[in-house]
Amino acid sequence: MEQQRIDHMKYLPDMEILEDSDIGEQVVSRMKAYDYNKYTADDVKRALEAEYLSTEDFGALLSPAAEPFLEQMARRATIETGKHFGSSVCLFTPLYIANYCENYCIYCGFNCHNKIRRAKLDYDGIRREMEAIAKTGMEEILILTGESRKMSDVEYIGKACEIAHEYFKNVGIEVYPMNTDEYAYLHKCGADYVTVFQETYNSDKYETLHLAGHKRIFPYRLNAQERAIRGGMRGVAFAALLGLDDFRKDAYAVGTHAYLLQRKYPHAEISFSCPRLRPIINNDKINPKDVHERQLLQVMCAYRIFMPFAGLTISTRERAGFRDNVVGMCATKISAGVSTGIGSHTEEESKGDNQFEISDDRSLDEVCAAIRAKGLQPVLNDYVYIPE
Amino acid sequence: MEDKFVLAGREFSSRFILGSGKFDLDLINAAVEHAGAEIITLALRRVNSFNGNILDHIPQGITLLPNTSGARNAEEAVKIARLARAAGCGEFIKIEVIHDSKYLLPDNYETAKACEMLANEGFIPLPYMYPDLYAARDMVNAGAAAIMPLAAPIGSNQGLATKQFIRILIEEIDLPIIVDAGIGKPSQACEAMEMGAAAVMANTAIATAGNIVDMAKAFKHAIIAGRTAYLAGTGRVLDRASASSPLTGFIQD
Repeated sequence: MEQQRIDHMKYLPDMEILEDSDIGEQVVSRMKAYDYNKYTADDVKRALEAEYLSTEDFGALLSPAAEPFLEQMARRATIETGKHFGSSVCLFTPLYIANYCENYCIYCGFNCHNKIRRAKLDYDGIRREMEAIAKTGMEEILILTGESRKMSDVEYIGKACEIAHEYFKNVGIEVYPMNTDEYAYLHKCGADYVTVFQETYNSDKYETLHLAGHKRIFPYRLNAQERAIRGGMRGVAFAALLGLDDFRKDAYAVGTHAYLLQRKYPHAEISFSCPRLRPIINNDKINPKDVHERQLLQVMCAYRIFMPFAGLTISTRERAGFRDNVVGMCATKISAGVSTGIGSHTEEESKGDNQFEISDDRSLDEVCAAIRAKGLQPVLNDYVYIPE
Repeated sequence: MEDKFVLAGREFSSRFILGSGKFDLDLINAAVEHAGAEIITLALRRVNSFNGNILDHIPQGITLLPNTSGARNAEEAVKIARLARAAGCGEFIKIEVIHDSKYLLPDNYETAKACEMLANEGFIPLPYMYPDLYAARDMVNAGAAAIMPLAAPIGSNQGLATKQFIRILIEEIDLPIIVDAGIGKPSQACEAMEMGAAAVMANTAIATAGNIVDMAKAFKHAIIAGRTAYLAGTGRVLDRASASSPLTGFIQD
């Protein structure tokens, strides 16, 4: 039976609207106008020679015309990464504290119609998990929940941030988008970095993938980073789930989004993530072929060359060999000791199922050793929390 | 007479200040040894990462100069400076107030404010700044112990892009002028010293060199060469050639 879907472009009650900002609209309109087939090899060469890249240059680097120049892009990216980050590579671990979700995103293992084991750690459980992670030497944590305001309300996430603040120097959150005052509250609780994946910037495609729940509301998600910055967060991270839609357009939108927000809020620390689709539980059919490692690397190098000062995180969805090679070239941050199940850092068997299968389950020590083997320096923390 | 670099009453033999932001800590020792640096800057946000053991990583006899990197305004710089003092980093504090994540240019207005607030709390402020004469004077009046103008955007290795403005600071400001940020080659460090900078700070140029130890040595020699040239007073000779036939040779009485 066909369910009545709500209008994905219309804000729900309680969702804050940024009346005075048009950044979301600008990103979408620039992405629509982006025609990657118009670029030539000369455009790519010019972009690679430019000292400071324009959004046009960025578009050229993401185009098919740039694919034969991947080696040159990697070289330029390596130089830029060295200039801006030296030999430093930051480390963090993500911690899933709950996997309840109210959304129906057809590609995701956590979606509310997927029959997986659901769990939510209580505060003691969060503390135990964090203690176990901190013992490995990790100093930065990224707290994740499934997107359920009911099961993981803002107070619950805030308390998790406060506990995290006791064990870690740097606390980030990757949870459902929220309003400015809620971000301000979480900032007070100790969080300073907010990651929101837009998944795809194509609202028509977005609508067909996010069938129900808060997440269905496209513009509310699109403006999450701006609300987070206004709430006092130090940094925000951007991503599209590459492969959901046309990855070149989505990557162009991600870069444009970061570029416009950085211009408007020059103090904000910008970073990128580069997830692409991986196989998920109970659904073997979704296995897109379109974003291969070659294309993924092209996108990552384009981000790096376009915004050389921005952070770039490489996810455990990628294999160890790929991750080790992009570190120092374009990636500046890498996760380690990752387990995406709920309670899996302390329990023999996790209480809740994974969101996705990871391809690199190496410990912090193992990842640090790989970084050192490349002549780079693992940095466990490069941040100071400034108390009120 | 021995040429000493005096900073807030403390004497140093070396005029090379080593930044550590982009260094592998294991390489700091090597760089210090071969560059002969006696002062190392270190972001508190990195000090923070060693649970108070940072001094174990710093060789004997080295003065640690913590910086307030991460501060977006004067108040945050003061908070970070207090954390640095609590961590045992001493009274020296390099003020970095940056409100731009792209070029990381220092905010002179907030930096001058931070200078005053920190001097009032007993710190020895060393402000990292954009070479503007008025701002430098404000910082002097606020209690700075030296002025640290940037040569070019940090990490850019572009060399003395702000040369003419640094020259003005050297002429007009009575405190040591330490050229900070953007120095990419030993020749540029030498040039800064030749025109009278009291010291040069570098990090990226060495951290990203093919051979860190050799580049550290090259900087050491370049800085000594530039300083020696400055003291020798040869700059004016190089600036203007003197005509072999004097223009006033026709005068008879």
